[in-house]
Amino acid sequence: MIEVIYILWLRQLKHYWRSKPRLLGSLGQPLLFLVTFGFGFGPMYASASGGGNYLDFLAPGIVSMSILFTAVFSGLEVIWDRQFGFLKETMVAPISRTEIMIGKTLGGATIAMIQGLIVLSLTYVLGFRILSLASLALGLVFMFLIAIFFTGLGLAIASMMKDMQGFQLIMNFLIMPIFFLSGALFPLENLPKAIYFISRIDPLTYGVDGLRGAIAGMSTFGVFNDLVVIGLLSVLVCTVGAFLFSKVEA
Amino acid sequence: MQNILSVQSLTKKFDDFTAVKDISFNVETGSIFAFLGPNGAGKSTTIKMLTTVLKPTSGKISINGFNVLKEQDQARASFGIVFQDPSLDEELTAYENIVYHAVIYKVPKKERDERIKKALEIVGLWNRREDYVKNYSGGMKRRLEIARALVHYPKILFLDEPTVGLDPQTRNSIWSHIRGLNKEKGMTIFLTTHYMEEAEAVADQIAIIDHGKIIESGTVEEIKKRTETQSLEEAFLKLTGRDIRDDNIGDKTRKRRGIRRRIRH
Repeated sequence: MIEVIYILWLRQLKHYWRSKPRLLGSLGQPLLFLVTFGFGFGPMYASASGGGNYLDFLAPGIVSMSILFTAVFSGLEVIWDRQFGFLKETMVAPISRTEIMIGKTLGGATIAMIQGLIVLSLTYVLGFRILSLASLALGLVFMFLIAIFFTGLGLAIASMMKDMQGFQLIMNFLIMPIFFLSGALFPLENLPKAIYFISRIDPLTYGVDGLRGAIAGMSTFGVFNDLVVIGLLSVLVCTVGAFLFSKVEA
Repeated sequence: MQNILSVQSLTKKFDDFTAVKDISFNVETGSIFAFLGPNGAGKSTTIKMLTTVLKPTSGKISINGFNVLKEQDQARASFGIVFQDPSLDEELTAYENIVYHAVIYKVPKKERDERIKKALEIVGLWNRREDYVKNYSGGMKRRLEIARALVHYPKILFLDEPTVGLDPQTRNSIWSHIRGLNKEKGMTIFLTTHYMEEAEAVADQIAIIDHGKIIESGTVEEIKKRTETQSLEEAFLKLTGRDIRDDNIGDKTRKRRGIRRRIRH
């Protein structure tokens, strides 16, 4: 059981580690966002909030963003496995579908965590400082939960998709809105009703808010509430994912 | 004689198209069984159902005494499969591919290295084990897939067109390995191929499927006798006609499935 999960996990890490261009390329976007938004909106944020530092607000949001994208991509990788035929090899093995789901979720989540940690160190270079070592520990918990939730979501979506043709659809109508309406870039206050509503049903909202509460000391809902919401959602998405996975025909 | 594989009234429907219609057959333990048919006759669909990749619409399958639909994991542990399409991870080395397989098939840790070495030696890839699969030629990939399917000591090995697109040297060496496995280890072999001379040379039993139905079965000699032909190829053509089949033509479902299959390649 453990070894099966380990080998599935190991395979994904090897893929990640061996694909250096992907590793570097995926750092470009968070860096660009940090620099352009950070310096672009910084003065505006400072005057609107009465002297607040926008980078403190933005850094947890961008860390969450990189975890979100990496995690969803890792989940969707199953579609490539299907197209290259490798999924069959895994699916005809005498192992439970739950083991496959757990191995793949942990693999994708680990990669997303690594990516998030790299971005977190980039924010340090740009001047962001975490409150304390204890808050870093709590921050890691949130990063991990965001990673688990979105890898699970990616896998669940992938188990229903036959090929990569629906990829743009998923990105533009699901993942991008999840990112933009999560409060990663701007505070979720004084918003029009519709946007307000959507932001409250956005799972990433609670991840971003919790992470921001943990490492930057700013939270709208309270860190504990965030932890409960994103924790429960992670369990839910993995359960649904495991069920959908058990129906997959390679 | 015992039957390692037993199929009863197996049927598979895709939307409005029936790919396999109520077929039944048995495969004796220790035999080489060839499953032949023109393109689109239902061979691969059948193999996919036998190996738990596809769920049958109806019917019963038993492998090594296990019900394939209910005791999936025991059935899965009993067979090895080389799919028609490639199923290797090209970003891993040959060795890593086999280790992955050995772990997910729960080969005991102590025996793993030994068995992997043996399997790779059988197909002559031991010295190239550290190469990435993406640097392998078509024939090497095929041999690696066969080696991989042997690591967990399957009771029955499914080979879906194992020699397609390979040169005669590689084909000969693959068949001699397969025959060796059958003779020395008593491993049952279930294969499909379009090369009739290959089937004629290796198979103990043959079944010919067309339009989702088994239209003839028996030994090569029996089939030749019944069809009054000199070779299996002639018998095959006599039974299935000389028209060229196209996988992708037919009703709408068929077209859609065909297109999807082409994209996947």
